Amino acid sequence: MWNRPITAALLAVGMMASSSAMAEAPAPYQVTPELEAAAKAEGKVVFYTATDVTVAEKLAELFKTKYPEITVQVERAGSERVFQRIGQEYSTGIYNADVIETSDAVHFAYFKREGWLEPMVPQEVADKWPADERDPDGNFAAYRAHLSVIAYRSDLLPDAEAPKTWEDLLDPRFKGKMVKAHPGYSGTVMTATFALTSLLGWDYFEKLGTQDVMQVQSSTEPPKKLAQGERVLEVDGNEYNVFRLQDEGVPIKIVYPEAGTPLAVGNAAVLAHAPNPNAAKLFYSFLFSLEAQQLNSDFGGLRSFHPDVKEKEGRLPISQIKLLHSDPAQLEPEILTIKSNYEKYFGT
Amino acid sequence: MTSIALNEGAQRRGIDLSWPTFALLTVVLSILVILPLFWLIYYSFRSDAGGGATLDNFAALVTDPALVRAYALAIGMALGVGALACLVATPMAWLVARTDLPGRRHIRMLVTASFVTPPFLGAIAYEIIAAPNSGIVNIIYRYVFGLEPGAYLVNIYTFTGLVFAIACFTFPYVFTLVANALDRVPADLEDASSILGGRALTTLRKVTIPMVLPAILAGTLIAVLQALTMFGSPAILALPAGFHVITTKIWSLFQFPPRLGLAAASALPLLVITMLLLRAQKSILGRRGYTVLGGKSGTPRLTSLGPWKWAAMAFVYGVLCLTIFFPYAALIKTAFTVTVGDPINFDTLTLRHWNFVLFDFSATRMALYNTILLGFLTATVVTAIALVVSYLAIRKTIPGAKYLGFLATAPVAIPGIVLGVGLFLSYANPTFQLYGTLWILLIAFMTIELPAGYQQMSSAFAGVHPELEEAGRILGASRLRTLWEITAPLLRTSVVASWCFVFVGTIRELSATILLTTANTKLVSVIIYDLNESGDLGAICVLGILLLVASFAVVFAANRVPVLGGAQMNARG
Repeated sequence: MWNRPITAALLAVGMMASSSAMAEAPAPYQVTPELEAAAKAEGKVVFYTATDVTVAEKLAELFKTKYPEITVQVERAGSERVFQRIGQEYSTGIYNADVIETSDAVHFAYFKREGWLEPMVPQEVADKWPADERDPDGNFAAYRAHLSVIAYRSDLLPDAEAPKTWEDLLDPRFKGKMVKAHPGYSGTVMTATFALTSLLGWDYFEKLGTQDVMQVQSSTEPPKKLAQGERVLEVDGNEYNVFRLQDEGVPIKIVYPEAGTPLAVGNAAVLAHAPNPNAAKLFYSFLFSLEAQQLNSDFGGLRSFHPDVKEKEGRLPISQIKLLHSDPAQLEPEILTIKSNYEKYFGT
Repeated sequence: MTSIALNEGAQRRGIDLSWPTFALLTVVLSILVILPLFWLIYYSFRSDAGGGATLDNFAALVTDPALVRAYALAIGMALGVGALACLVATPMAWLVARTDLPGRRHIRMLVTASFVTPPFLGAIAYEIIAAPNSGIVNIIYRYVFGLEPGAYLVNIYTFTGLVFAIACFTFPYVFTLVANALDRVPADLEDASSILGGRALTTLRKVTIPMVLPAILAGTLIAVLQALTMFGSPAILALPAGFHVITTKIWSLFQFPPRLGLAAASALPLLVITMLLLRAQKSILGRRGYTVLGGKSGTPRLTSLGPWKWAAMAFVYGVLCLTIFFPYAALIKTAFTVTVGDPINFDTLTLRHWNFVLFDFSATRMALYNTILLGFLTATVVTAIALVVSYLAIRKTIPGAKYLGFLATAPVAIPGIVLGVGLFLSYANPTFQLYGTLWILLIAFMTIELPAGYQQMSSAFAGVHPELEEAGRILGASRLRTLWEITAPLLRTSVVASWCFVFVGTIRELSATILLTTANTKLVSVIIYDLNESGDLGAICVLGILLLVASFAVVFAANRVPVLGGAQMNARG
């Protein structure tokens, strides 16, 4: 038994060595006229995404105004279903997708390990992105980030009665009033569930499960259920959907508990067997451009790692929020446990 | 004459394709039916972890409380749906078929037309109507009684809500079967009862009901079966309520990394239950013989409702409101207003959902195209196969032809989601790279719809006397030519009807589709489901309306195409 630590240490050293050897990301690329021409010749790019469908379509529209010759096929589903789909497709040798994006960081570690990604680094990412928000090997980079937030209908729930902490949600007065997305479906909620179980433990969820919570699938849905007036309070859900509804005039307010709010980082990457490799490369670089990132922020309410993106007024800057990070490497082995515990406490 | 006779001999040797056709069809049908079942059974004995042979998957069926619960709930739900559909449809069928209820012809047409509504669309409509807080009914209820927010009258996100929503869209099965059976009850038997002094109710209880009982039971069994194997409605209503039924549970096993072995093993009991129910149905229907013994010996006597007319009208129109008018009104309202809960006025009326679906949402056009294309292909291929198979099977032209009929009926025992699992396992491997193409969907739809097409065509064949075909054969035409030139034209209406039936069936399919579509093979049903998961109800309603309009247009057109004898037959009928 004594040699175990040594083995582990050796392994760790070995892994570090190999990763530092591998950590030679390809040289950053710029959009050249040749690339544009080749992309136009392909005429199409297929984008698998987990971003809200209206935001993703808006982004595609912006791309089309720049390159009318290239159609963008947006395939939107929840992160876990995007993952399920690409997994089914790649393991059966079907290569439909060019660019992929989900809000579950674990996926990209998995894709990278399987060799499903084509390493490439747009110039913008090389110049502007913080080092820990992109893969050292250049396989993927953080395209967007958002928080999974508690929010409530301010017209139906007076501010004084609104929850302030995570524990407040266990109060019987919120029984039957809450809505929540599912970790088996939403990468954001999977990440958030992991962060919250580390912070509060599973017994928190066990108690929450007795609160008669309405269960929806995607983390884009709870804010919409608030807007419909179906429930007054969401346990989790995308901050950016709340921003968008606020912009439309729906009376919703966000709660950022002192203990912290889970952060979900959405990576994007180009797939190794992209059927339209040049269009993919062009679109991928476009995704990180200031223009696209600013649109994500303004129209989509997403947080950006691009330092020049200006946040809309009235939104709390991310620097003033206590964030709960989750490490994808620690989350990955927990996924099955999270799913089965969740089913135990919430029924699905 | 001699020359004709000679000619005939020559042609017969050259062109009679019965045997090759028979062989080809046997192979095609066997592949369609047996291959997915083989893989399903193979995978159910395969370990998800290592890949070796194992019984763990079946052990999990008994020991895993989540699976057991999903099965128990699914069976409970199906029985509930069967009971409710039967209780509503039977009196309604009697009122429509055997009383002087005003407007009964139109009621019958409406119920038949409501077959076109996909159950998942109905479930979404009921989310709009009866969600506990944002549901229109509950908003009105709170407004009228001045209640606190949070108070509600009905909640669709419950087990009973789910049963209700499914029953609304499966009761036409019971209704149609019972109404047709009532049409055939010979009037003289009922007359005999009244002559012997039986009053109306006694006659109904002692004569009419026993005669249509087999149809009632058979219809109820179909409703049970439909509910048990349904995916869309439970996925939309049960998951928010916090429970799985077996179909949604199987689907969740496909989340990556997929647990195929467990999914296959969980699907098998569904297959067994389905087969048992179908056997039960067959044995019940098998005794139906005595209902038609009297033949059409007299026009069925209509009961005069008298003062009960108003109660009967209230009942029938109440059912129609719940199953047709309210859901459609809800879909239309949502398609034109900003959010579901909004009242209708000039501020909330909008075309934004139409704009989004028609112009911004890139999947719409492809999905509509794929759906209509697959509907056409499936309907055409299935009708053609069903025509030839029923000819061979009913006319018993070739020994063993009845097994062909059996093969064509067998898929009825395979629930959509089970078939989806089986087809995924069969065709998503390096040998058959059909996953990701429209072909796998075509195969799925053909397999699912073949029994319905075959049932319709074979009963139609039974009604055409062979002497006309024999005349053609004597004059030297080959078997297939006789079929094409004599029998098929005689069966025009049945052919068109079964084509439409298959077409509509294809368009409403979701349970096999959900496992088999990919980015390039989206169907409207699947994008509706995807949009539901992200809560875009307005867009869903727009797509639903487009889908319904498209299917009605196709069905309407198919009944009017002159080549198919539409105009003629209508003039005759």
